[in-house]
Amino acid sequence: MASPTDAAKPPATLQTEHDRLIAPGHTFGSVTDQISAIVLTKAPKGWWLGFGLGFAVLQLLLYAIAHLLFRGIGVWGPNIPVGWGMDIINFVWWIGIGHAGTLISAILLLLRQEWRTSINRFAEAMTLFAVSCAAFYPIFHTGRPWLSIYWLFPYPNVMGLWPNFRSPLIWDVFAVSTYATVSAMFWFVGLIPDLATLRDRSPKKAAKVVYGILAMGWRGSARHWHNYETTYLLLAGLATPLVLSVHTVVSFDFAVGLVPGWHATIFPPYFVAGAIYAGFAMVLTLAIPLRKAYGLEDFITLKHLENMAKVMLATGLIVAYGYTMEAFMGWYSAARYERFMIWNRMTGPYAAMYWALILCNVIAPNTLWVKNLRTNVPFLFFISLVVSVGMWLERYVIIVTSLHRDFLPSSWGMYSGTFYDWAAFIGTMGLFVTLLFLFVRLLPAISIFEMRTMVPGAATEEHK
Amino acid sequence: MKGRAPGTPPIYGLMAEFHSPGDVVAAAVKVHEAGYRKVDAYTPYPIEAVAEALGFHHSPLPKMVLAGGILGGLSGFGLCYWASVIEYPFNIGGRPFNSWVSFIPPTFETTILFAALTAVLGMLALNGLPEPYHPVFNVPSFALATRDKFFICIEARDPKFDRVATRRFLEGLGTNEIYEVEH
Repeated sequence: MASPTDAAKPPATLQTEHDRLIAPGHTFGSVTDQISAIVLTKAPKGWWLGFGLGFAVLQLLLYAIAHLLFRGIGVWGPNIPVGWGMDIINFVWWIGIGHAGTLISAILLLLRQEWRTSINRFAEAMTLFAVSCAAFYPIFHTGRPWLSIYWLFPYPNVMGLWPNFRSPLIWDVFAVSTYATVSAMFWFVGLIPDLATLRDRSPKKAAKVVYGILAMGWRGSARHWHNYETTYLLLAGLATPLVLSVHTVVSFDFAVGLVPGWHATIFPPYFVAGAIYAGFAMVLTLAIPLRKAYGLEDFITLKHLENMAKVMLATGLIVAYGYTMEAFMGWYSAARYERFMIWNRMTGPYAAMYWALILCNVIAPNTLWVKNLRTNVPFLFFISLVVSVGMWLERYVIIVTSLHRDFLPSSWGMYSGTFYDWAAFIGTMGLFVTLLFLFVRLLPAISIFEMRTMVPGAATEEHK
Repeated sequence: MKGRAPGTPPIYGLMAEFHSPGDVVAAAVKVHEAGYRKVDAYTPYPIEAVAEALGFHHSPLPKMVLAGGILGGLSGFGLCYWASVIEYPFNIGGRPFNSWVSFIPPTFETTILFAALTAVLGMLALNGLPEPYHPVFNVPSFALATRDKFFICIEARDPKFDRVATRRFLEGLGTNEIYEVEH
């Protein structure tokens, strides 16, 4: 039991600028006001510019979809032998990005990493939007998505057909749809107390009504908090194995197949590490401009950025280990097709992409060993973009180089994305940016109630 | 005061406002010691010590979630088994109809899905949300319960409640901001 005097104790050590998770001088009120002001005051010009840009690029996606549905998936590049192209590359890229959100909100919560508090909300939003972008590809690569309901989902249909549960592709349906549902619930549960704050603070009647409906009558009752905290922890405990399972199942799409370059036991852990790596890169790409634009440096401090850089470095090294093992197994397996695959990957027609990937994913992140670079914000932003490009190249290399040289030279071919492949890819970026800007404008991008617990003096015994 | 069942107290309760988490924890301890049981505290962020002081110890959620997860796992495996063995047995690559190893991923996912749904819907149900109306919102300064103020409300239906004596008791907790909460 905490005695009231405990609450007023000052922090045990004085923190330096590099250590602190919240700037000094903040109170419950100032935290609440500063974060909710982003939503409750007029949007700055920069917001309209960013939203407008995202929305314009989103139109490209609509055009790409319309053309695809009108003409069929022949407008995309994949063809035998490269039956999977940018559709699956982009799917894996987007779904991987999403993983950082769940990692931050669930795994770091269970590990009691307090620094997650100011970044978990928008990282979770990023997860949801990335999963939405990812979902576009498997749905539309079926060509006739209105039929894909019975191809993908088990439901009693008049044809008496059921999906093949032995296929990793159906596992993917279960994994991704569960992931989307659980992420959305996790995010929404986290939002409820903050929606109540917006309800109570919004000066506009209409906004009060909308936030009020969404907050569902939340009033901060101790009884409610008690159940709420239990739920939040349980969800974190459930989301943790879930997020690991999702990219594992995605990697099964490849690893269960017999294609040289795919058929490897290293795939699940290496895919999961790659997903977290790409995800943290994206969180940094978003956090750095966000804190600058809205003056959130008090809440998203240098410490946060540095910690994310460290996670990137660690997962980057795991990914590098994965590449090394792939090459090693190509040689050690003594299987001629495996050997050819890895040699072809390094020296064949797509060698430039392979070496670019090594540069982006293996060499570049090693600069993060240096503390001065790790805490240099523009440099971190640059590295995060480099890693995002690298992770996209990784999937390109895994998918295209493994397929384009089939077992028989008569079945060899080349792949490159068409205009419509690229339009769909860039279009989903427009969708992502549009959703993110709407989110920042309409919902608190930083969890207000959790930030209150970071204010000095907030901690009663349990929070120390 | 219209349309209320006979025997209902004239007000919902008495609410005291506090300015620091330490004060509200201390007050919650005293309220509980004084024997009040129909009490709730309202705080801008979760303070476990308040819930403990007021005697909210057990949440049935973990057991509910476990049950949800077990149900989800059985449903997931049941779906795979029923579709692949009973309803639509189909020889695919010579694999057994009951390819239970392959059924693990869908089973795992439905386990998580059902457990998570139980956690969220169970939390809302236990908390009685959504709740379109609640008397505590009638106190104007209660809007600050979602910003930086802490409240304790003793409800009139508590057997120990007395409009005058309880008010005096709350004043003794070191706050002057006592409000009558209308229904």
